[in-house]
Amino acid sequence: MAEMTTKKNRFQNGKWKNYISYIVIIIFLAILIIINLTKGLGFSDKSTLPRIAFSCILAVSLNLVVGFLGELSLGHAGFMCVGAYLGCYTANVLRTSGNIPELVTIILSMLVAGVVAAVFGFIIGLPALRLKGDYLAIATLAFGEIVRCIFKNLPFFGGAMGMSTKLYDGNTLFIIAFITLLFVVFCCQNLINSKHGRAVVAIRDNEIAAKAMGINVTYYKLLIFMVAAFFAGMAGVLYGATIGTIRQETFSYNYSIEILVMVVLGGMGSINGSLIAAAVITWLNITLQSQLSGALAPVKSIVYALILIIIVVFSNAPAMKGFRESINPRNWRKKTEDAGKIKNDAAAWDRIPTKIRMDDPLSVDTRTTYADSPVPPDVVVKNRDELYVKEETGKEEE
Amino acid sequence: MAEYLLETQDLGISFGGLKAVQHANIKIKKGQIYGMVGPNGAGKTTIFNMLTGVYLPTTGTFFLDGEELKGKTQEQINHKGIARTFQNIRLFSNMSVIRNVMVGLHNQPQYKCSFLTSTFRLPKHFRVEREMREHAREILRVFGLEEERNALACNLPYGQQRKLEIARALATNPKLILLDEPAAGMNPQETADLVRIVKKIRDEFDLTVLLIEHDMKFVSTICEELTVLNFGTVLIQGDTETCLNDPEVIKAYIGG
Repeated sequence: MAEMTTKKNRFQNGKWKNYISYIVIIIFLAILIIINLTKGLGFSDKSTLPRIAFSCILAVSLNLVVGFLGELSLGHAGFMCVGAYLGCYTANVLRTSGNIPELVTIILSMLVAGVVAAVFGFIIGLPALRLKGDYLAIATLAFGEIVRCIFKNLPFFGGAMGMSTKLYDGNTLFIIAFITLLFVVFCCQNLINSKHGRAVVAIRDNEIAAKAMGINVTYYKLLIFMVAAFFAGMAGVLYGATIGTIRQETFSYNYSIEILVMVVLGGMGSINGSLIAAAVITWLNITLQSQLSGALAPVKSIVYALILIIIVVFSNAPAMKGFRESINPRNWRKKTEDAGKIKNDAAAWDRIPTKIRMDDPLSVDTRTTYADSPVPPDVVVKNRDELYVKEETGKEEE
Repeated sequence: MAEYLLETQDLGISFGGLKAVQHANIKIKKGQIYGMVGPNGAGKTTIFNMLTGVYLPTTGTFFLDGEELKGKTQEQINHKGIARTFQNIRLFSNMSVIRNVMVGLHNQPQYKCSFLTSTFRLPKHFRVEREMREHAREILRVFGLEEERNALACNLPYGQQRKLEIARALATNPKLILLDEPAAGMNPQETADLVRIVKKIRDEFDLTVLLIEHDMKFVSTICEELTVLNFGTVLIQGDTETCLNDPEVIKAYIGG
């Protein structure tokens, strides 16, 4: 019985939201695997799916910084760039050094990429996180561009031509990408729903109070920055394995903004929202690119921008918000409960003989006494006593 | 063990040419409820800010339990045992009531748990979370806020928000708690309740309380000793009755 109630409470608290993303990703992945085994996915799908997965990873990790920590970072593509170059370089080295299985190679290179990106996050975060708001945004923006320019000018990494790496087998790459995404979502959600996540949200809500409560603000800012950089680095390796050639111009300022757009559209501080928004925007981007080619290519950006504007305007329209509220199953129950409660309350209040009737304040009913009136169920007892005392003294004065 | 829990020596700060506080020598014994009163702009909150590390005093220093705390950061001072509330309420308004208190419990040694432990959901994480929740509920019970524990902090009535702020400060397990106008904006009923609560936490949690307040009735009921400030300098110090009847104090407050 007790077990039952805790389970019910868990759902009432909205914790089901934490599990729904895992379930959706796993079902989606299972369907894709089944399709791939029976009919075989098209070539374009095989490259689209990992791209959706690493966009989701980028959006979720940036949401840690922007949504939960509340700091604006515009250099997320920079961390991805570091991860892509160093991770894929590691993969190339591993491939030449012996016959290590491809799966081990990509996992190892993702780890290396994550760690290197996190180190970069530390180096950048230490001075930059002293800045606030717009200034931090500019500092991170500059970081992203600096990283890009450094890789552009290092012959070691292919210079302006880009660095080539081995394409991963399309039949399994999307599985690896989605499993990595599951891992990232797992880590982010667990981190946020723990005492550390509480401290981070406390810093966002009120930094002064968080400091006064003894929360080590610098530590948590750096931690979140580094964790986000780690995951961005991992996404970089997936990018390399999907595209084959890493070009520094991909990681420009535009790409950072695009990730930020995903986070903002999905909702700050909502991991599920980031996942949906990242998937939709990436899919939209790729589809537009393939549909509007040749002479129509310049139209692509316009269409893309227009769709974004429409999404933003409509998702914030009051009518749309009302619609979303109304289709949320949790609100259905609440609404019926509220309606029932109001009805009960009204009935209860009607049963109390009152001196003044609310519909006609001037009518003073002097015949009823208060001694034996029924108690409405929702009136708190201590208030009731107070009420009666007051009323009785009033009567004495009459 | 020092004779006084908090001792300030010639504490002072100036902002440019403005000498906000000068020569403040405050000595608070362990277990006392100590009041700090004075007209607006007298430097009361500035002293609080110096004691909690927000401002660095330009002259003088202060000791908690014989340990010099001047120059430490806000976090370090909190760890050493000074917690505070704010004049304008600073709750984590988008968090539930119980989570606010759990943030206060964050640094207690028994709830130590690295971020990797939490991320990978090791058994320790669940134990720590459960114990923190229990502990937070106990603290809320003292303040009569247990029923509201799942409400958002910003949805509480004003008086309860004040109480929650004290609860959150208490959760950091301080030796000395600084209350900045705890009764501001409260009705007489709530103020009476607050008097009871402040005395109760002092006794139960072995605390020393330093508070700023303008409600003289509240001050005279609860404070054992007072420091009266005016224009950044100490006007008079001593037991409450003497201070409040002093002609200088009456002059500073009412004018004349």
